[in-house]
Amino acid sequence: MSDFAWLIPAVMALSGLTILLFGKRMPRHGAEIGIVAVGFAFVLAVLVAVQVFSANVAAVAEVEEAHEAEAAAAPVWSIAGREVTLVTEAAQGEEAAEIPAGVSEFRLEQSTELSPIGSGFGIEAGTRIDGLTAMMFLLVTFVSLMVHIYSTGYMHGDPRYTWYFTLLSVFTFSMLLLVIANNLLMVLMGWELVGVCSYLLIGFWWEEKLNSDASIKAFLTTKLGDVGLMVGVVGLWSEFGTFNIAEIFEGVEAGDYSQGLLTFSLLALFIGAVGKSAQFPLHTWLPDAMAGPTPVSALIHAATMVTAGVFLIARLYPVYEASPTALTVIAIIGVITLFAMGLLALVQDDVKRVLAYSTVSQLGYMVAALAFSYTAGIFHLFAHGFFKALLFLGAGSLIHSVHSNNMSDMGGLRKPMPVTFVTFVIGSAALAAIPPLAGFWSKDEVLAGAFGAGGYSGTLVTVLGALGGMITAFYMARVLWLVFGGEFRGNGHPHESPAAMKWPLVALAVPAALIGFVNLPFDFAHPRGFAAWTMFDLAYFEGHPAEFNLLLALGTTLLALVGIAVATAIYRRSEALADDPMLRLGLFTKVLQNKYYLDLLYMGVIVRPLRDRLAPAVYWFNDHVIDRIVYLAGAGTVGLGRVTYRDVDQRGIDGVVNGIGSTANYTGNLLKFAQSGNVQLYAGALFVGVFVLGVLFAVA
Amino acid sequence: MQAVYPLVFSAALFCVGVYGVLSRRNAVLVLMSVELMLASVTINLVTFGAILGTEADPLLTGQVFALFVLAVGAAEVGVGLAIVLLLYRNRASVNIDDADLMKY
Repeated sequence: MSDFAWLIPAVMALSGLTILLFGKRMPRHGAEIGIVAVGFAFVLAVLVAVQVFSANVAAVAEVEEAHEAEAAAAPVWSIAGREVTLVTEAAQGEEAAEIPAGVSEFRLEQSTELSPIGSGFGIEAGTRIDGLTAMMFLLVTFVSLMVHIYSTGYMHGDPRYTWYFTLLSVFTFSMLLLVIANNLLMVLMGWELVGVCSYLLIGFWWEEKLNSDASIKAFLTTKLGDVGLMVGVVGLWSEFGTFNIAEIFEGVEAGDYSQGLLTFSLLALFIGAVGKSAQFPLHTWLPDAMAGPTPVSALIHAATMVTAGVFLIARLYPVYEASPTALTVIAIIGVITLFAMGLLALVQDDVKRVLAYSTVSQLGYMVAALAFSYTAGIFHLFAHGFFKALLFLGAGSLIHSVHSNNMSDMGGLRKPMPVTFVTFVIGSAALAAIPPLAGFWSKDEVLAGAFGAGGYSGTLVTVLGALGGMITAFYMARVLWLVFGGEFRGNGHPHESPAAMKWPLVALAVPAALIGFVNLPFDFAHPRGFAAWTMFDLAYFEGHPAEFNLLLALGTTLLALVGIAVATAIYRRSEALADDPMLRLGLFTKVLQNKYYLDLLYMGVIVRPLRDRLAPAVYWFNDHVIDRIVYLAGAGTVGLGRVTYRDVDQRGIDGVVNGIGSTANYTGNLLKFAQSGNVQLYAGALFVGVFVLGVLFAVA
Repeated sequence: MQAVYPLVFSAALFCVGVYGVLSRRNAVLVLMSVELMLASVTINLVTFGAILGTEADPLLTGQVFALFVLAVGAAEVGVGLAIVLLLYRNRASVNIDDADLMKY
């Protein structure tokens, strides 16, 4: 099945094209093409995932069998184990010998060389199917399918309905291209394509200046990161001489690199991830990106595109492992993001902004997790994709019903919107890491990984991550009470959303609740779960067993419950947002409401000088210097042409021609008098001529 | 035989003809002067024919040619006089200075 995995992005590209060309004439204006295509892609993704995952599980099982056989054959080790030094050496020796030859994780590469540019610099178009790809396929196609279906309800009657579905298809294609790429150039391509789709979709309702501003901000901010990505890709290329990911891994394994340049390249790549995955300090675009349609926020700005940065680090994890410096930087940026941005969600009124800051914060968890454990990072990515998409779609359902983004216009929606309520509660609980929902297992994996790693950064991530979990629980409980509790504060009569929006919520609530069970940190029912499915390397999987710290899990759960309890105590009776104590904390509120003044800082330090000083200066330079030069060159050419025309052509060349004519004319005028009509004169001249000629001949 | 006498005579006759052609105003006289030049050439032909011929091979070419020239000259005089006659009819004059239409 994996041989045909390239069909998954291909079918979405085809769908995008078809909708663009024929969508308007279809009975449902193109939505049906998108849904069928993404449904097909989802089915394919499931088949691919089944094959990849089962192959990986089989590989792990084989290794374990070999391991047991070895242990049985050589009991000497356990006897020798009395001496401490011997144990370590033995353990190390054992680990190296653990993986029998011929057994490896599932990996399938198909590649076509595209027009080699000589001297070994080749560009290829290729696919790489492994656990990570299969996992991302599942997530992207499933969420995209739900968003497609949901959008038929949410976007119903929009004037640019067909264009919207075109963009959804193109976005899904781009994301899948990014995921399936086997070389960094294709990753870069997919990366830019999702950026463009994101830009177009944030500014989808561009009639309002605010929306188009937000789209420009998102585009430029992520672009800033993309420069880093490009530098990183080129850096890795200069180090390993290839864009191919597998070959880069081989290069890293061979140790054939300089540590400084590698770290530099990885940090540059991470800047790209910081931009795309909205990490501090380039996170400011994501909350503004909520200007786009809500299903778009669910698909692009919660579940898929913003995880591209996390995906990139995971994809290059073996390379990142080679640079502890890069991993430390990742941990620190991640932990700043997860804690500081979570706090911002506390003071928001716009329900989508709460979710946006929560997304930033959760992305921080993923990034921080990747610094310690590959599995933890992508597992949180996977689980978060489902429940955050659910929450966004739920928020869309609320907005669709009350025609406002603000929680001050909501309240008391539990009764009129039961399905939205139940699914939203499931999503919130999953986000707040309440066991046994998805978020609990994934966040626990993150914290256990960091705790297990120890050290300064590990401790920092554990402590702030646990506190961040409490904040998450608090603000989600706040949202729940403000939206569903109390009396309705808005205008009109809220109603449950149509079926097209209701059922995707239900369908997303199932994985949001249960997906955690695919990766239980202890051996229960299926010891070879998610970690084995998505491993990038068998040795890594064997070397990093799942960690579970009961005390830590209990502690974080307790913190989450405390957060919920506090929020409940505060907001249970809250009627209006004016009563919100979060807004009456003086400096704390002020700083948070101004988003740590980061927007102001960027505006003052970067945008204003650039836009109001540098841009006009450059414009002036362009206008007065470059344009002047161009103008002068033009004028000079015109002048030269004029001189050439007047002096060379008209006077010189034409003068010669005319001169020949007028000379002939002039001499003719003189000679014409010789023709006097006097025959005797002619005859005389004739005789004289003959005489002269005769004399001349005689002389000669 | 001395060739010089007829040749000098012929040259003198030719010069008289040339003079007549160039100086006379009367078209008839001009025509006559042309005939003089023609006659001088005829004399030349006969002279050279006589000089170059021998007893064994009397060269008659010059004399035959002279007869041809006389015949052609007669025809030429016929044409020339016809022209003069027409000139006279149109202009009531045979002065060739009057016949100068073909000039600038």
